[in-house]
Amino acid sequence: MYKIIKKEILNPAVTKMVIDAPLIAKKAEPGQFIMLRVDENGERIPLTIADYDREKGNVTIIFQIVGATTEKLNRLNEGDNLHDFVGPLGKKTETEGLKKVAVVGGGVGCAIAFPVAKKLHDEGVEVHSIIGFRNKDLIFLEKEFAEISDKIFVMTDDGSNGSKGLVTDALKELLDSGEKYDEVITIGPLVMMKFVSLLTKKYNVKTVVSMNPVMVDGTGMCGGCRVKVGNETKFACVDGPDFDGHQVDFDEAIARTQMYQQFERKAHEDTCNLYKMEVK
Amino acid sequence: MATINKSLVKNEMPVQPADVRNRNFSEVALGYTKDQAIDEARRCLNCKHKPCIEGCPVNVNIPDFIAEVANGNFETAYQIINKTNSLPAICGRVCPQEKQCEAKCVRGIKGEPVGIGRLERFVADWHIANSTTEPEIPKSNGHKVAIVGSGPAGLTCAGDLAKLGYEVTIFEAFHLAGGVLVYGIPEFRLPKHIVQKEIDGLKKLNVKIETNMVIGKILSIDELFDEYEFKAVFIGSGAGLPMFMNIPGENFKGVYSANEFLTRINLMKAYKSDSDTPIHCGAKVAVVGGGNVAMDAARCAKRLGADVTIVYRRSEAELPARLEEIEHAKEEGINFNLLTNPIEIIGTEDGWVKELVCLKMKLSEPDASGRARPVPIEGSEHKLSVDCVIMSIGTTPNPLIKNTTEGLATEKWGGIITDEDGLTSRKGVYAGGDAVTGAATVILAMEAGKKAAKAIDDYIKSK
Ligand SMILES: Cc1cc2nc3c(=O)[nH]c(=O)nc-3n(C[C@H](O)[C@H](O)[C@H](O)COP(=O)(O)OP(=O)(O)OC[C@H]3O[C@@H](n4cnc5c(N)ncnc54)[C@H](O)[C@@H]3O)c2cc1C
Ligand SMILES: Cc1cc2nc3c(=O)[nH]c(=O)nc-3n(C[C@H](O)[C@H](O)[C@H](O)COP(=O)(O)OP(=O)(O)OC[C@H]3O[C@@H](n4cnc5c(N)ncnc54)[C@H](O)[C@@H]3O)c2cc1C
Ligand code: SF4
Ligand code: FES
Repeated sequence: MYKIIKKEILNPAVTKMVIDAPLIAKKAEPGQFIMLRVDENGERIPLTIADYDREKGNVTIIFQIVGATTEKLNRLNEGDNLHDFVGPLGKKTETEGLKKVAVVGGGVGCAIAFPVAKKLHDEGVEVHSIIGFRNKDLIFLEKEFAEISDKIFVMTDDGSNGSKGLVTDALKELLDSGEKYDEVITIGPLVMMKFVSLLTKKYNVKTVVSMNPVMVDGTGMCGGCRVKVGNETKFACVDGPDFDGHQVDFDEAIARTQMYQQFERKAHEDTCNLYKMEVK
Repeated sequence: MATINKSLVKNEMPVQPADVRNRNFSEVALGYTKDQAIDEARRCLNCKHKPCIEGCPVNVNIPDFIAEVANGNFETAYQIINKTNSLPAICGRVCPQEKQCEAKCVRGIKGEPVGIGRLERFVADWHIANSTTEPEIPKSNGHKVAIVGSGPAGLTCAGDLAKLGYEVTIFEAFHLAGGVLVYGIPEFRLPKHIVQKEIDGLKKLNVKIETNMVIGKILSIDELFDEYEFKAVFIGSGAGLPMFMNIPGENFKGVYSANEFLTRINLMKAYKSDSDTPIHCGAKVAVVGGGNVAMDAARCAKRLGADVTIVYRRSEAELPARLEEIEHAKEEGINFNLLTNPIEIIGTEDGWVKELVCLKMKLSEPDASGRARPVPIEGSEHKLSVDCVIMSIGTTPNPLIKNTTEGLATEKWGGIITDEDGLTSRKGVYAGGDAVTGAATVILAMEAGKKAAKAIDDYIKSK
């Protein structure tokens, strides 16, 4: 059993949990993920390791409530147990040899980008962070990012806080002003990563994206997590989740994540209705 | 000895009617009754030279156990099988008997061979239902052995070592033990409670099973030796990553690997209404391939309500699946497009599968595998209208363990290299099953687990 040690609501749609998992904490590296099941009949879902404490033996996850499983997960509280928690899976994000990096996070992707930015900072890399949210109520991890970044830009779609605009606007400005990065690391919705990659291609800056396809096992058995990179089929759970953003076929990836949309919308409504009934 | 039953045909196995079973996930074959089993057992000649035994990869003493069935001593029969086969309820259901024991049976020269597999299944089921004897719990010899993977190779190796007094721990990547037996082979062919029974049996022998442990990630093979003080490790990590054909359109929505399709159904129970795991199974499904995996995927899709077609590039004679599964699939209404090979998948505007473009094939001289090589017939291009395609054309070994274990030699294609007894290039590290041979069979994986258990015992004792 995997106990929830701490639960924190970061914004109405995003929750942070600290899970007791000493063996995973011992091995975890930024960029890697876990897979969990909330209960016996639950779905296996992947979530990035947002932080880990090797001494205390715990692992932090930050998740956005989007469907049935994340909804169920969010209903658990400190002291409750997760049914399954397996990891660390995937390859770690490569940081070797980097001197100056722009980290671009979007929405819940900021949670995934944070441990990478922190590691870069700890290794003495100059970090410029650009984090974007739809509006000011959704902003989280701003303080944490500020502490480890040499420069930080908080963008909101509606300008309700920080600067109005998209993360790509901020990145373009930096690149135009002559900033030279060894690499751009971007994590967020597929559409965002696509446009960041299109932008950096023009400036010829190497760009790493973190892909989040549908996964079943996370160990390289099912083939469900395949992503077309260059002209090759790669498996995100064992070959990734990080890939060269200039090589990824984003349009195909975007289409593939919609495979279960209809099913999920219904499952989501069903779970919500169930909970509403319970509450009454 | 009872009189010989001279019937040229086997006792038929009672099955669910085809048009009923192709709409449910309950077991297809229902098993012999007591009387049918005894009648079938009486067909055995108890041959002096026992050719059937040679056909069995773990050399079950077939005529002896059958003689006990003929006399109604079912528990004694079970004990005879169990001496060499620790998973008879499983083997009785999934072994390709027609290519093994039954292929050698003398009764097969004129008429049908003795229904050895069906008798094995009967005996094992009888034991599960009636036996009350608890296994003897072996005294620990103080040595720890680690097993990676809980498929038939790992389970067998664990069982044999536990019986010798070793303290065995199985590490399994999934949340449930059993390997392909639980996530690949469907419920209607191998009920999961039977697999669970075997696993419970191992637990009674004090075998520890740690699920959610991906070796090579959470612990390395080296750490198992250095930090956890295991004296030997057996790797039974299975066949690995699914292959795709690399044809255009393979990433459209609605294209699955058989592994994903079957895992969603068998492990995650996607066919049940209380499961959170979704599955997309269209109205018209094409399954590409002709092995057991393809048959299982096709029959699952059928049960989910689809019109299903198997697309296989060779002819019926070359279909690698078990004979019984091919027959059952046909009875259930699955179409077979043989000598047909896909070359492209065409999608709809919003990225869903719409058509499978195929070529007709003809067979020419045998290739390296010894099977007739299929070659395309010019101008035979045609389209099948489908909304789901399931690729079932094989697997390549998972690289996780290889990449994190220094000095572990592997073949070019990724299989772990071992000697006759399962020893790898690393001292104390043994391997067997699909991880070594590539996708094969349950019984061969068990044989490898057994051999390795013996070799591990010799190795630790000689230290
Ligand atoms: C490597 C990886 C790391 C991730 N890290 C995070 C993270 O740190 N925080 C976070 O909020 N989200 C993360 N995700 C996405 C997260 O897994 C999905 O949001 C979650 O599975 C949704 O489940 P649900 O049942 O609540 O929603 P559903 O309504 O079932 O699904 C909503 C959407 O989530 C995606 N999804 C559903 N099931 C899976 C699955 N098994 N695998 C992958 N995607 C799926 C699909 O695109 C789907 O359209 C990550 C995904 C991957 C692959
Ligand atoms: C759909 C299907 C139908 C089949 N039908 C038949 C049939 O009718 N008859 C027959 O004889 N054979 C059949 N087979 C083949 C047979 O199931 C396999 O040959 C057999 O299961 C191989 O056993 P194994 O122990 O080597 O591996 P597997 O059964 O594959 O088990 C390997 C286990 O190791 C685990 N694992 C992998 N990597 C790690 C890791 N790094 N750390 C921890 N655990 C790990 C996996 O999760 C898995 O549980 C079928 C196979 C499939 C897929
Ligand atoms: S070969 Fe056939 S008839 Fe002879 S002993 Fe074996 S099962 Fe009986
Ligand atoms: S999640 Fe199954 S192969 Fe990657």
